[in-house]
Amino acid sequence: MLHTVNKSPFERNALDSCLAHAKKGSAILLIEDGVYAALKGTAPAKKIEQTTKTVPVYALQADVEARGMTGRVVDGVKMVDYGGFVDLVAEYPAVQSWL
Amino acid sequence: MTESTGGIEMEEATSGVVKKFLYVNRKAPYGTIYALESLEVVLVAAAFDQDVSLAFLDDGVYQIVKGQHTKGIDVKNFSPTYRALEGYDIEKLYVEKESMEARGLKTEDFLVDVKVVSAAEMTDIMTGQDVVLSF
Repeated sequence: MLHTVNKSPFERNALDSCLAHAKKGSAILLIEDGVYAALKGTAPAKKIEQTTKTVPVYALQADVEARGMTGRVVDGVKMVDYGGFVDLVAEYPAVQSWL
Repeated sequence: MTESTGGIEMEEATSGVVKKFLYVNRKAPYGTIYALESLEVVLVAAAFDQDVSLAFLDDGVYQIVKGQHTKGIDVKNFSPTYRALEGYDIEKLYVEKESMEARGLKTEDFLVDVKVVSAAEMTDIMTGQDVVLSF
């Protein structure tokens, strides 16, 4: 399953719920304000780093760039463009959006 | 002043009265419309020559981060507008230290000059206002 998170981890608990339900074999894609979870030097980023050891974590590059976060994303999070987003949706049997 | 006007029309009728307006910004810039709407209303108050302050706390601190490039999401990048506020005599920009630090940000990450204040100092700033507008 592909999980998408589009809310800031500082404002909602969508990321924490997602992380609690993302099993091995699934993937997580951070989009919109969800990309703030991957910012170096923050508490959510530590959780993301830990997660990347078992579940691949992606971030939508356009959303990272829009928010001035280029170069501040923790290692291990892979950048994807909109085409990559589509590929992920096609690759996994289902998508769960954590809104 | 009536509740419905929020004071703004009244100021026009009694020109010369200047009130202290605080805009409280707590949302990240592009996930919702709040940040842009706040900026629009800030400019309205500036046009009425009011005493305007801006507070950035919680995810609001993300609004003034340098290096925003929104071409990829096809949304207007309104961050340069914060730099234009100085031209409207809006120079009191406060960032809450706790919010900034929790998000791994430093003063040099902001595209405008701000005063970094503690949550306790922010409370005092809020308390000293005539009108508080929350976004």
